[in-house]
Amino acid sequence: MKILVCISNVPDTTTKIRFAGDNSSIDTTGIQWVINPWDELSLTRALELKDASAGAIKSVTVIHVGAASSEPTIRKALAIGADDAIRVNAESADSYYVACQIAEVVKKEQFDIILCGIESSDYNGSAVGGMIAEFLEIPSVSAVSGITVVNGQSVMTREIDGGKEEVTVPSPFVAIVQKGIAKEPRIAAMRGIMMARTKPVKVTEPVSAEPLTKIVGFEKPAPRAACKFVDAENPAQLIELLLNEAKVI
Amino acid sequence: MSVLVFTENWDGQFKKLSFELVSYAKGVAGMTGTTVTAVSIGKVNETELKKLGNYGADKIISISNDQLTYLDSQAYASVIADVARNENASVLVISNNNTGKAIAPRLSVKLKAGIGSGVSKLPIKTDPFTVYKRTYSGNAFAHMVINSDIKILTLAQNSFDISETPNNATIENLNVIVDGSVNKTAVRDVQKQSGKILLNDADIVVSGGRGMKSPDNWGSLIEFASSLGAATACSRPVSDEGWRPHDEHTGQTGKIIAPNLYIAIGISGATQHLAGISSSKYIVAINTDKDAPIFEAAQYGIVGDAMKVLPELVNAVKELKK
Repeated sequence: MKILVCISNVPDTTTKIRFAGDNSSIDTTGIQWVINPWDELSLTRALELKDASAGAIKSVTVIHVGAASSEPTIRKALAIGADDAIRVNAESADSYYVACQIAEVVKKEQFDIILCGIESSDYNGSAVGGMIAEFLEIPSVSAVSGITVVNGQSVMTREIDGGKEEVTVPSPFVAIVQKGIAKEPRIAAMRGIMMARTKPVKVTEPVSAEPLTKIVGFEKPAPRAACKFVDAENPAQLIELLLNEAKVI
Repeated sequence: MSVLVFTENWDGQFKKLSFELVSYAKGVAGMTGTTVTAVSIGKVNETELKKLGNYGADKIISISNDQLTYLDSQAYASVIADVARNENASVLVISNNNTGKAIAPRLSVKLKAGIGSGVSKLPIKTDPFTVYKRTYSGNAFAHMVINSDIKILTLAQNSFDISETPNNATIENLNVIVDGSVNKTAVRDVQKQSGKILLNDADIVVSGGRGMKSPDNWGSLIEFASSLGAATACSRPVSDEGWRPHDEHTGQTGKIIAPNLYIAIGISGATQHLAGISSSKYIVAINTDKDAPIFEAAQYGIVGDAMKVLPELVNAVKELKK
């Protein structure tokens, strides 16, 4: 059994976002790039599954669509414990383009379980996982907060409105994961960092694909009014303001 | 040409979410000079279906097929794509909730339709078709052009005002044949909480952070929430510590919500927390640290100890109800 984990390279989540070039792009000066938080949790869970599988899960591969500048993020995934990596050598144009590239690789390399984070923290698109599944015409399960593999069968917990379901689908499939999939992201140990240097990163060239969307500009969220303080000795005044001024209770 | 909107019901009843979606679809139809067709999957009676007409649906297609009892993203996408083709849909409107996120990407590939995900306003313009969408977890909003012939827009919950524009909608019951080869999700077990106000649906949310000091102190927060008819939530450290269940975690990696009122108690307001709540219409902060970043996001604040303030807030709400 082989697991593929899709990883996106995003600005550290504490980054203060600034725009460049007439607000048409993000100013990347000084940005720390990291593995997308949900992808890091997916990778962690994939490694846990492999460790617990008594050899049934042969490998955990990470895949990333991006330029050579994203190699440090790929090396980090290898340091955390992925066995090998594939980089599709292309700038990610949009989710459709990225999903198309990953699907092409899967067609050639055959994976049983494909894990994707629920969204990337930059474009918040929540689209790549489901698109990969549709390109490959295989099942996808979304909002997955738990996954185990028992005798080759994957059992998932998925979040629904006000509850949970336990579901199974036949392999191969795409699981789109969210919080709960792993408790804490696994941290790279020194040994892992050393080993990562020699692990294979296969670089493949993209197939031709037409992106369907394009970001043409950015704007900041509308500023909020300054905070109005209520005296801690008279909290009832807060309720009065919420009732009569904001009219929200 | 039409705008196709996928509505969701809960045991046969539509929720506010579906009326938001239809209202939004009506707005898009107004911009594109087309009509609104609503699709409903599940057993919903005619009186309930008619309600969609009150928000602007011209035509309602109801599909109640036993094979679609549980969500299978592949089966749902295949059924909706067929309807979209038959209705000559130019725009599809879907929720940006768990169900919508499961279906929309598959429809995107089936229909070669670009997705504008997590929109909260009507498109900026239709030529080129440009949407205003959340990026960088709410720290920036993008103007995104969708170049494909068909467009898919996923609407953020609680972000678009419902507007009643009564229409005498026609209802069509559609029988579909679901191909077993695309319906492979087997559901073994379902656990639903009953009677609890769902975090994503709630108009008011009362949320606690590390400043609550101990899980034993949650009683007064829960009492305050129930006095307001609010859902309860928490910050990440609180759910990581196991003080509150994970499904209450609001923030970048937890739930992203947009209630009318979000009351943050003992939450400092780290960027990651704000990413989950910044679309709330009003934010109230109660914190002992006057320099906590949560006050920059809040419109009302109290600098003080939650343990002292909360009982007084509960009393004030009780007084009000008398």
